[in-house]
Amino acid sequence: MGYSILLSQESNIDFMIKGVFQYSFFGHEVWITTTHVCVLIVMLILIGFSVIAGRVMSRATLVPGGFQNVVELIVEKLDGMVGGTMGKGAPGFYNYIGTIFIFILFSNISGLLGLRPPTADYGTTLALGLITFTLIHVNQFRFQKPKDIWVDMCSPLPPWLPIWFPINLISEIAVPISLSLRLFANILSGTVMMALVYGLLGWIASIWPAALHVYFDLFSGAIQTYVFCMLTMTYISNARGDNQ
Amino acid sequence: MEFNEYFILGCSAIGAGLAVIAGIGPGVGQGIAAGHAAAAVGRNPGAKSAITSTMLLGQAVAETTGLYGLLIAFLLLFVKPLVP
Repeated sequence: MGYSILLSQESNIDFMIKGVFQYSFFGHEVWITTTHVCVLIVMLILIGFSVIAGRVMSRATLVPGGFQNVVELIVEKLDGMVGGTMGKGAPGFYNYIGTIFIFILFSNISGLLGLRPPTADYGTTLALGLITFTLIHVNQFRFQKPKDIWVDMCSPLPPWLPIWFPINLISEIAVPISLSLRLFANILSGTVMMALVYGLLGWIASIWPAALHVYFDLFSGAIQTYVFCMLTMTYISNARGDNQ
Repeated sequence: MEFNEYFILGCSAIGAGLAVIAGIGPGVGQGIAAGHAAAAVGRNPGAKSAITSTMLLGQAVAETTGLYGLLIAFLLLFVKPLVP
């Protein structure tokens, strides 16, 4: 039927989050959804990779070969990215940025493995955005004086006239929302478009959607991962006051 | 006056179409950013990698407003908040 796109229960377009298992949490009805399952699969893959990498690196040789080469290349590139952006504040953030980079990248690419990408669920990306928000403000209070923060929050006007304070407060709160919505909407749009291609075109969508997968999953996923990590690092190093 | 479900669905579809007009702004902005990046590479080919990463970062930030429109279109089409 013509309106079957809109009434999605009648068509085979399928990109929604589905509940897998229901349980009761202090009287509330809580669901284990496909997102949890996909996050678990991604985590298992990453844990397996890191266990193997750790075992290989414990027997590291001076002249690297094979798998050791790959692991060293990944660590070197990630550390180079963090060091180039954060400057002298970088050593404390190699681990965190590297971890979320690899996690978000694998989550975005997992559409290729037939999973529903975990980052196409707002819960996942909001959690990542809130971690960034917490990191920004913890670093701000650790490395700046409260007086400087107050002057910064009232910024275009002098500090005894806090008319701009509410507006600056809103712009601070908008940071995690825009970070998480950017990642979420990019990955969700890729997922929805692939679902539309496969659901509406039927047998016509046989081989050529591979090109779309390269764009929506690989390119868009990698770019958004890079952007999320770069913005996190930029915000944190601004909060630390490194660039003054 | 009473409206049935299909009327509201049709209006939601029109609203979704209007919401993705928000894609015009990011398109223009990303084009401007890419044009200036190309000019910058022409002036200073040595800084190509730094220029490319800055351009991608700026384009991704500019893209956000368009994505908000896209999200509203998705909400209207698939979550159907207006249908009773």
